[in-house]
Amino acid sequence: MDPSDPQSDDLVTLTDLTREFSSGGGFMKPRRTMRAVNNVSLGVPRGKVTGVVGESGCGKSTLARLVLRLLEATEGTVVFDGKNLATQSQTEMRKLRRQMQMVFQDPYSAIDPRYTIRRALLEPFQVQGDSKSAAEAKLAAEELISMVGLNPRMMASFPHQLSGGQKQRVGIARALALRPSFLVLDEPTASLDVSIQAQIIDLLENLKEELGLTYLFISHDLSLVRYFCDRVVVMYLGRVMEILPGPGVLPRHHYAHALLDSNFEPDPTRRKVVTMLSGEIPSPFATIPGCAFAARCPAATDLCNRERPPLADLGDGHMIACHHPMD
Amino acid sequence: MAALDPIKTAVRSPRGGLSAAVLVLVVACALFAPWIAPYAYDIQNLPGSNAEPSRTHWMGTDEFGRDLMSRIIYGARTSLSVAITAISISVVSGLTLGAMAGYFGGWFDRAVTAVVDLTWSFPEILIALILIAIIGPGVESVMVAISIAYLAQFTRLTRAQIMALKNETYVEATANLGAGHFHIIFRHLLPNALTPVIVAGMLATGDAIILEATLGFFGLGAQPPTPSWGAMMSSGTAQIFIAPWIIIFPGLAIAATVISINLFGDALIEALDIRNRLRSV
Repeated sequence: MDPSDPQSDDLVTLTDLTREFSSGGGFMKPRRTMRAVNNVSLGVPRGKVTGVVGESGCGKSTLARLVLRLLEATEGTVVFDGKNLATQSQTEMRKLRRQMQMVFQDPYSAIDPRYTIRRALLEPFQVQGDSKSAAEAKLAAEELISMVGLNPRMMASFPHQLSGGQKQRVGIARALALRPSFLVLDEPTASLDVSIQAQIIDLLENLKEELGLTYLFISHDLSLVRYFCDRVVVMYLGRVMEILPGPGVLPRHHYAHALLDSNFEPDPTRRKVVTMLSGEIPSPFATIPGCAFAARCPAATDLCNRERPPLADLGDGHMIACHHPMD
Repeated sequence: MAALDPIKTAVRSPRGGLSAAVLVLVVACALFAPWIAPYAYDIQNLPGSNAEPSRTHWMGTDEFGRDLMSRIIYGARTSLSVAITAISISVVSGLTLGAMAGYFGGWFDRAVTAVVDLTWSFPEILIALILIAIIGPGVESVMVAISIAYLAQFTRLTRAQIMALKNETYVEATANLGAGHFHIIFRHLLPNALTPVIVAGMLATGDAIILEATLGFFGLGAQPPTPSWGAMMSSGTAQIFIAPWIIIFPGLAIAATVISINLFGDALIEALDIRNRLRSV
């Protein structure tokens, strides 16, 4: 499918997306480069929830920022609704940001401590230059705050007077203020209590139905991803290992299998043997010519160390980057 | 208003209250000098020179028979206006430079940091003396010299604040709403960085009064007959054994003002709970 076609099923298309960070360097010392995101190609289908899972440091959050062009890509393109983000001017980019918003991991620092909730909710309009009369502003702020299930009486509060869950609701309301069609959720529940997590996920699910949103859901919580996502992308060391087309589809990549298998099963009658991985994650600074997982994979062969496996389609959108997939 | 609460708390503490009272007195002297001063500051009375403190001249007279108390009251004008103007210029420039350097980084940051660290390594008095040697003595030169001498301090403090604040999630969140650098710096970073810089500016005003007095003592500041506390002390050195009050009273005025500024600043730091942020420079 042509990614520049606005009628495409994918709202966002990533092609060979790569981001490098370099650090160190100095007198007679070379700078070291790491690839946080390495050749990621991915489509985010309209109206669906695409989950991205992986261990800490696998490049999930970098990917989220690249998708929104909060970071510039070293290589590759992000096409949003038929538009290549890298070629948009500053003005065009500002307009496009109305369409794509983000909910952040840490609600505690996502609102300026000097802003009242009301001012924080109206900031999106101010930034975008939507002038509103006092009455319109009041209406808009009230609509937003009730949309996320908060009491309009909180409008005059400061962030430190709110709980973590309430702050995250404000964060969601801010992200929705400009009526986006695409939301990147960067571990939106990671810093919340479990009971509050469920409420936030519920809220996100309802908002998606109501407003017809498309989500890119970044998480390390595997059970949450299985519950919430229509499609699961498994990342390891900045690379996509496997894309599962549905929550019920069993993983066939050795890493994806080990990762999703590590999920705790509360029912003792269904207890399973957990496959333990040996070895450690290679340094992100190392250049790996073959499969990133080869050093720890039980099925690795010479080929895996030599040649990087391409992301191949197994049918039904089930993609896998492995020379020797599991049965 | 919520912003005034820390000031109220500071005034309510014993040292804050006492120092605030002295400061109000000094500022009142500076503002209403013509109405408060019993005599004009420049009327000479040579037969009555070097008179000791008495009912008619509470602090005595100087070597030209001018009333010392009137000169000290008018001197508050020179000291405060020079110090406050100089520090205000310094704070505003330091905020701008420090915010740009801390936010944008890169070669601009390296250039600003290099210059700032260079001036930081010299005592303020040396920088001020060099500058006055270049631009010549006078009230305006003293203002410029003091403001440049203290610039390094405010630039460093602001830069450190901005560098810490720019990694907060709300900065990224605002950028994602489509906000430009201008909006992020002026609506988010500077308001959050302002408090410690303002308090540091207040404390520096005390130092600036001493610096102004020092430069006045060397005859580099306000030129006669305009009274300046430093210049008055300087002229008192010649009469130190026959009329010690000429040097004592201006010295007391300087000491009382500077101690009060420091005590009040300290009470304010306590009330705002920002001691750590000031130390992080």
